Amino acid sequence: MITTTPEPLALAAASPGRRVWRRFGANRVGMTAAFMVLLLGLIAVVFFILDFFGVPWPMDPNATNLERKLLPPNTTNLLGTDNLGRDVLSRLLNGAYISLTVGFIAVFVSLSIGVTVGAVAGYFGGWVDNIVMRVVDAIMCFPSFFLILTAVALLGPSIFNIIVVIGLVSWTGTARLVRAEFLTLRESAYVQAARALGQRGPKVIFRHILPNAAAPILVTAVLGVPEAILAEAGLSFLGFGVQPPQATWGNIIADGKTYILDAWWLILFPGLAILLAALSFYLTGDALRQAVETRSERQ
Amino acid sequence: MTAFILRRLLISLVLVFLISLISFFIITLTPGSPYPWGELNPKVSEEVKRVFRAKFHLDRPLHEQYAFIMRDLFTGELRSIKDERPVLEKIGERLPATLVLNLGALSLSLSFGLMLGIYGARHAGRPPDMVTSVLAFTFIALPGFWVSYLLAIGLVNYAAVPILGTHTIGVAFSSGAEVFLDRWWHVMLPASILAIGGVAVQSRFIRASMIETLREDYIRTARAKGLDENTVFYRHALRNSIRPLITGIGLLLPALISGAVIIENIFAYPGIGRLGYEAVLERDYPTLVALNLVTAMLVLLGNLVADVLYAVVDPRVRLE
Repeated sequence: MITTTPEPLALAAASPGRRVWRRFGANRVGMTAAFMVLLLGLIAVVFFILDFFGVPWPMDPNATNLERKLLPPNTTNLLGTDNLGRDVLSRLLNGAYISLTVGFIAVFVSLSIGVTVGAVAGYFGGWVDNIVMRVVDAIMCFPSFFLILTAVALLGPSIFNIIVVIGLVSWTGTARLVRAEFLTLRESAYVQAARALGQRGPKVIFRHILPNAAAPILVTAVLGVPEAILAEAGLSFLGFGVQPPQATWGNIIADGKTYILDAWWLILFPGLAILLAALSFYLTGDALRQAVETRSERQ
Repeated sequence: MTAFILRRLLISLVLVFLISLISFFIITLTPGSPYPWGELNPKVSEEVKRVFRAKFHLDRPLHEQYAFIMRDLFTGELRSIKDERPVLEKIGERLPATLVLNLGALSLSLSFGLMLGIYGARHAGRPPDMVTSVLAFTFIALPGFWVSYLLAIGLVNYAAVPILGTHTIGVAFSSGAEVFLDRWWHVMLPASILAIGGVAVQSRFIRASMIETLREDYIRTARAKGLDENTVFYRHALRNSIRPLITGIGLLLPALISGAVIIENIFAYPGIGRLGYEAVLERDYPTLVALNLVTAMLVLLGNLVADVLYAVVDPRVRLE
């Protein structure tokens, strides 16, 4: 049986935006996940800066030491060493910013395309909408990872290509969502009023409709980040990700799979990192979605 | 009904055309070339290069290349650059294995997803629901290749579950039933790993659908009649919430085929995912074009089947 707890008066009186944030704050799972996301972001930034200035901490992620290869977790190397004697913990921390960078920029690319295409299709409707949405349907038929793999492999694996290709392949969901929002919002009274006052296309789209569609777009953005992180990990695993010696979570596993029966720590820890990162983003996104949607659920 | 199917088929034709354009241009607009001898090899004479280009129509303008590829593909004449075998033949011999794998994964996703979703909806908003929600997202966030390796270590060491290929090598089975069981025994592990994400996605859909149904007026009526909660839940609500079971076929298929690219490689499973990976490594353009086209058309077919089934199952859906 579903029970909806009536909201306190103070909450109902607050502005919609503030209400969303309060609801989000009340979701313990979501708050924990959001905290994890912030922590990951912090780790990524700190280790990007360390890497940029060449500070080897806790150890140099690329320094090989063949006398200390394939050591299980110990006091010097907390998560063990790989087949070249590199410190796994250092490589994991160093790889964090690659994963997050890929996640965020790929989502930025896909949002830019998706929002533009969806806005154009939804605002103008008619044959524009028809053509654009058939193209979206066609792209959605492709198994996305295979398409990404094909394109990245042919272009040559580099972090730039990976980001662009993931972004170019994954904008279709956003486009559909934004189009649907626009189809309903463009009939609303305030948009009609803006049009009656003589405002034209771009201004109506960006000034009046888009801000009101911001909430669901934000949710898809947050849910898009882990998709991109997992896609990059998969590519790295197949050897088409960011190239060695740069450590990424995916290629540590790919390198470690040869030693799978002797060195479980090479597989376990980077996988946990991927899982934890992706899970944090998914749970944050889901909590955000709940906070945004409660409005419609209460009716 | 017939009009609906005809209309859908017409739209599908348009989509197939768009799909073929996309798969062609993804391959041809990227830099690099498929020459088996390498781009700048000085030992290869101009004559050899010319003959090679002419053979695969690489000396023509793009739109003509597209026309040639599509003509060859549909007449079955499109050949792999690598071994010059017809591409459709290569795909044809790999497709059944992938279909079996995906069918297994799909049925596991739908059935376990249904169970998890029902459980979540039954306890909506309470701790058991929170646990299943977090569990579902954990399943979605699990990298398939990582699970495969972890499971493979455990299973090789502690259980006799096969982790390679499609059948036991070097054993002559006496009956067809044994061959059949042996096949499924080999598909089990890769299919289960492939299904992990699908179970989670499916459970979210079922849960949302059930929670929505439970708000309907006829549910209130059923409760008001004094029916016990189980009857209301399983008899009245569940029947009207299984829509995601059907739409799931269309939605899960692309993700499953994507996942199969990695899983088939790990388990040395000879399906089209593995063929695709091999083609990527060899820059075998015709095979890649054909594979992208064939997989996208499979998904299209899945969507079509789902739409028709949907209309058959749910009389409320009117087909125009």
